[in-house]
Amino acid sequence: MAFTLYSLLQASLLIVNAVAVLHEERFLRHVGWGSDQGIGGFGEEPGIKAQLTNLIRSIRTVMRGKGTIFTIIIMIMMIIIT
Amino acid sequence: QDWQVRYQQDTPVAPRFDVNAPDLYIPAMAFLTYILLAGLALGTQNRFSPDSLGLLASSALAWLLLEVLSVLLSLYLVTVSTDLTPIDLVAFAGYKYVGMIVGLVAGLLLGRVGYYVALTWCCLSIFVFMIRTLRLKLLSEAAAEGVLVRGAKNQLRMYLTMAIAAAQPLFMYWLTFHLLR
Repeated sequence: MAFTLYSLLQASLLIVNAVAVLHEERFLRHVGWGSDQGIGGFGEEPGIKAQLTNLIRSIRTVMRGKGTIFTIIIMIMMIIIT
Repeated sequence: QDWQVRYQQDTPVAPRFDVNAPDLYIPAMAFLTYILLAGLALGTQNRFSPDSLGLLASSALAWLLLEVLSVLLSLYLVTVSTDLTPIDLVAFAGYKYVGMIVGLVAGLLLGRVGYYVALTWCCLSIFVFMIRTLRLKLLSEAAAEGVLVRGAKNQLRMYLTMAIAAAQPLFMYWLTFHLLR
């Protein structure tokens, strides 16, 4: 069972990058997952869809700055080491 | 005998004063014992090599991390307001290693039949333990008392509790069956 910590790191990096690449305007709006599409409702129940939308938006925000640098560093390390 | 976690002004009491509080001693020891036992099991089948021990440790740690992260993600998505810290989740996830050790020892001593019997009993007990503990922490007050509360949110929380508890036996089987071929 060769499921090491390193492969977990690689997989999580790829997944986070994939989520960050989902373009809001061209794609998510049409599916109905844009971040300004009626999450409103200051009531009690955010619901799973609103949570997921918020999660995608926050991942994108984090990836804009530090996440890109981190990914580039890890990629350079992978190229050099392997 | 009282198995409930004791509280002191609404916060859980530290493990020094309460036998039932979740702490990381049992999970950490069980994890290390599991790795050593796995090495022993591999050795009795002539499949052992020193770096396989490190690979086993890394793999088990990675599975643990994955499980804790997915539980955290699902807790965030369902928006439960709970006082479970990530360390608590690590402790709860580590409790299944005790069952794995019992199953492995039974398998080494008594063959596959002993392994399956011991593993089934440990899986059932971990399932019941998880449901009881998580029920107190995740569900609302009324639902935790045993009253059937209807409503989508409570149902979702119940499903989440069931899913977390059912993942434990799966992990227990997955991480041990390949050691007792």
